[in-house]
Amino acid sequence: MPPFLYLFLGALAIVSALGVVVQRNPIHSLLSLISTLLIIAIFFIGEDAVVVGFLQIIVYAGAIMVLFLFVIWLLNLQAEIGPTGHVVLKVFGSLAAAALATELFLFLSAPHLEVKMVREPSGYGSLASLAGKLFNEYLVAFEVTSVLLLAAVVGAVALARRIPDEVELGASDVRAATAMRAADAARRVQG
Amino acid sequence: MTVELIAGAIKAILMILIGLHLAIFLLYFERKGSALIHDRIGSNRASITGFGKRFGLPNLGIINTLVADPLKLFTKEDFIPDGADKFLHTLAPFLALFPVMITFVIIPFGDTISIAGHKFDLQATNLNAGALYLLATLGLGVYGVAIAGWASNNRWSLLGGIRATAQMISYELAMGLAIVSVIMTFGTLNLQEIVRGQGGVWFGFLPRWGIFVQPLAFILLLTAGAAESKRVPFDLPESESELILGYFTEYSGGKQAVFMLTDLAEQALIAMLLTTFFLGGWQFPWLMRDGFHFPGGSFLAVPALAVSILGIIAFLVKVLALCIFLGMVRWTLPRFRYDQLMRLGWKGLVPLGILNVLITAFVIVGTGSTH
Repeated sequence: MPPFLYLFLGALAIVSALGVVVQRNPIHSLLSLISTLLIIAIFFIGEDAVVVGFLQIIVYAGAIMVLFLFVIWLLNLQAEIGPTGHVVLKVFGSLAAAALATELFLFLSAPHLEVKMVREPSGYGSLASLAGKLFNEYLVAFEVTSVLLLAAVVGAVALARRIPDEVELGASDVRAATAMRAADAARRVQG
Repeated sequence: MTVELIAGAIKAILMILIGLHLAIFLLYFERKGSALIHDRIGSNRASITGFGKRFGLPNLGIINTLVADPLKLFTKEDFIPDGADKFLHTLAPFLALFPVMITFVIIPFGDTISIAGHKFDLQATNLNAGALYLLATLGLGVYGVAIAGWASNNRWSLLGGIRATAQMISYELAMGLAIVSVIMTFGTLNLQEIVRGQGGVWFGFLPRWGIFVQPLAFILLLTAGAAESKRVPFDLPESESELILGYFTEYSGGKQAVFMLTDLAEQALIAMLLTTFFLGGWQFPWLMRDGFHFPGGSFLAVPALAVSILGIIAFLVKVLALCIFLGMVRWTLPRFRYDQLMRLGWKGLVPLGILNVLITAFVIVGTGSTH
């Protein structure tokens, strides 16, 4: 990746990451988060980790962020207005942030931290090499993780299973109406 | 290097133009083709000089559909409703169109072509992880629709947006599973390699197209693709009899046209994907690099340039045929109910997709070969 592109995308990533925390409307924050994730995916792809980059887009930007959107709609998350906290909290927050920034600066500018560039063989991020590692070296870990995730899915479905009465009422309608009310309320506050 | 860069840009623009022209064809077919299927006359009013009528030709409605309607749309007021999120309301149509447009560049529309000593691959970008790119960009199409529904400050829009989001993430899964079984069959994620793998014949006459190996995956991708492009019978997000116009109720003028274009371009894209994965892409039946090898054993030599061009023509014909088929489905079936839609997606297509992947895996392991 050429240096100017790296700097440009890096700046863009930082700006959109700041947008996630600075903006008051949760939907705007969500969109900033999506753009941050997309830029990070471009970084992966630029560094030859093509599969990881695309998986980042498919899984995080494409699927998980949609779930975030649903949750924001369903939980009636509203745009924050007015004062955001007590003055004491703000002072402590600023102090903590300044401390963190100083620490990061000292750590990164320390002389012992020499950047060692390791040139990976070309194609190290390809699907073939990834799959080869996953299904040979790390097969057991991979399968165990799959089973764990499957168990989590089954558990979630079992917990979320509706009682029969609710089904009669048409729970999906109820849920859609709830989401709509939530978004309406969010906009009223914002407007 | 420079030649390749310029060629890449030309190919990308060419591919997007093919997609847009298919969308325009679909716009016409939407009006006149639907009339043909419904046994109606369809749009036949506008005519500049009465040229066709003078010679006793039927009015084909081209002025109506391709000149008058778009002109009307683009000259209308661009309205943003009160209380809407102005920025996102404007951004949403582009968020919807952009992922579709960038997906066109990985569709191979021909074999290599040699011009002036340079050999060009007729695919805008030959990505090794092409199928992953495809899934990634298709997955991003949700946001335009969802944001349009939310930012409009209208309940119909929001309901349309919620429906669209749920529908698209549900059918993406079935779509992914169908594509996975194709990838397993051909042993590559590279779309150009998948098309190359479909060259040649079985039993001396049957082209080695993906549809004959993976018929179930073809039906899965066809159904999921129709659902992804939000067409009837899957047009719940915009169902005009229930939700006015769904997620783009509050859009007018050019922005509404962009949403309509997105739907049509998506339909063209689905036709291209089906062609690439199942109908041999640019493979012309019985045409090899050197010429036609007909089933009877006869041979007809064809020059190399003509072979390349015949490949492009084969690709376009297949895509067009599939576009028309998708349009016929659209004008034949009634709309699903929402619970039927979800049941079909999660209890019908997804288990079938998993089953298909399993069967494919067993066959590959059992016979020890791919394809």
